[in-house]
Amino acid sequence: MGRYILRRVLIAVPTIIVISFVVYAILALAPTDPLSQFGADPRVPPEVRATIRTSLGLDDPWPVRYVKWVSALGRGDFGISFMSHSPVMSLIQQRLPNTLAVVGVAYVIGVVLAIPIGMISAVRRYSLFDHVATTFAFIGFSVPTFFTGILLIIVFSINLRWFPFIYDSNLQIHDIGSFFDQVKQSIMPITVLALFDTATIARYTRAEMLEHLPLDYVRTARSKGLREQVVILRHVLRNSLIPVVTLVALGIPAVFGGAIVTEQIFRVPGIGELLVRSIGDGDTPVVAAILLIFAVLVVSFNLIADVLYAVLDPRIKYT
Amino acid sequence: MAAPAAEITKSGILVTTLTRPPRSLWKDAWWQFRRHRLAMIALGTLVFLILFTLIGPLLYHTRIDDIDFLLSLKGPSSAHPFGTDDLGRDLLARVMFGGRISIAVGIIAVMLAITLGTTIGAAAGFFGRFDNPLMRITDLFLSLPVLPLLLVIIYLFRDSLRSAFGPELGIFIMIVGVIGILNWMPVARLVRASFLSLKQKEFVEAARSIGARDRRIIVRHILPNVLSPVLVAATIGIGGAILTESTLSFLGLGFPSDVPTWGRILYDARNYLDIAPHWAIFPGLAIFLTVLSINFIGDGLRDALDPRKSS
Repeated sequence: MGRYILRRVLIAVPTIIVISFVVYAILALAPTDPLSQFGADPRVPPEVRATIRTSLGLDDPWPVRYVKWVSALGRGDFGISFMSHSPVMSLIQQRLPNTLAVVGVAYVIGVVLAIPIGMISAVRRYSLFDHVATTFAFIGFSVPTFFTGILLIIVFSINLRWFPFIYDSNLQIHDIGSFFDQVKQSIMPITVLALFDTATIARYTRAEMLEHLPLDYVRTARSKGLREQVVILRHVLRNSLIPVVTLVALGIPAVFGGAIVTEQIFRVPGIGELLVRSIGDGDTPVVAAILLIFAVLVVSFNLIADVLYAVLDPRIKYT
Repeated sequence: MAAPAAEITKSGILVTTLTRPPRSLWKDAWWQFRRHRLAMIALGTLVFLILFTLIGPLLYHTRIDDIDFLLSLKGPSSAHPFGTDDLGRDLLARVMFGGRISIAVGIIAVMLAITLGTTIGAAAGFFGRFDNPLMRITDLFLSLPVLPLLLVIIYLFRDSLRSAFGPELGIFIMIVGVIGILNWMPVARLVRASFLSLKQKEFVEAARSIGARDRRIIVRHILPNVLSPVLVAATIGIGGAILTESTLSFLGLGFPSDVPTWGRILYDARNYLDIAPHWAIFPGLAIFLTVLSINFIGDGLRDALDPRKSS
């Protein structure tokens, strides 16, 4: 087991290095100069600009710059943003809690709702509940998140005036009233994401349960005289959840991707909004850092999924 | 189905034979598919949507770029069934035109992804020596953060492709290309897994023993057996590609506003939700209905093509 985990980690580390290289190469080789915004002030004479570029090491060949970037990353230095002239690290630290709050709550709600829905749907197959739940799941992952967001804004912000449609990041929680304001402004972004998560996970849970229900061990459990509740919860659900757990882990990076869209609609000042804005501004250090963070997220959750799968299912051989 | 024919054989046993013309695999699949009610409704909806975007503009003559400020942000009316946008342009015409591009992007991007995925998966599954390197590359691509990377690539390469191929074709090539190149991995895994198990089968051995070359075995013998899961993946992939294109356009990094794809219309509409909600609702509904129908059709195809299920 220990060796298996070690092997997966040893695969994950070079993967991250290669991805960081690819990300850097794309930024460096792009025909649009990612540094064109830098010192774009027309009052700066071209020779001064050239001196600045040289002094910053921007004229080095890009593999050299890549090595410098990576070794700086190793010291925890993500560089300085071209736009705000503050360290990239502190920009990300400001934004990350907003994203984590919205994405995290939405994902937890999604998982908590989806597993019982998928389970009941599978046990009562072809019942009214199953039809409603399956249709809802289909709708949930076919409707683009930006359209759900827009519909929610039209219905709840504009027509009913229940929730604000712009997220106020300066809101400080100091009493019950401001806590409710925070809840009110978070409801719509969280709903949009949770709807999508619930739909995907519920559909998957249902399919897994249906695979397991006709198996022999279920019949054995029933013929032992176990109550149906015990058969479903202790036997079928436990086995069906193994692949679901991996799906939940694998889905987390995609959820961060979805947050890019949601943050854009509701103007949540999170890491996705920072990415879209930095791309527009040509703020290369921020873009490179966020891409790397996303890559690390994907690789780590793939690793977690692999390890969880092996831990939960003793039939998996550790190779 | 023909009536059962009963006859008595010489030994005096009554034998009932069901006579029915033999059905090919595809006819059988179609027969199965027709019984999936939701998939049939979805197929009808999708055919309607495609005709709406292809034939609609031939019947509905309003141009997509006629600007009329007197009519700006008007709701649906008999002259403009879907209303107008901030420049007074007719939204029905724009939604019809945009659908052509959105659907074309979906289909072509998936064709690219399927071609890449099948080739790589077949090579990895059939030739043992390619397996490890190709699967490492597949894993690497699966670890890429797709949406952020798409945004960055499009931002960086947009201008040069635009100048090389013209504003519309350049963006089209780029969006189709990046969606295709970042989505072949699931197909490659699927094809590889099927190849690994199929190449051990007797029919492959039989083909080899009569002297068939690798190329012929792959194309004529193994590939047809992999077709149905690939077809299901392709169908669902088209929905995914349409969603990706709309998402990119919605983030302002897809097509420019003179090429009104569904996502782009929504992007333009998002600041007028309070006074002109119709502007966002019609293109949004179009995306939603298209993707929903495609997903239902994919589901129906999966049931119809699954040999374990057909009776």
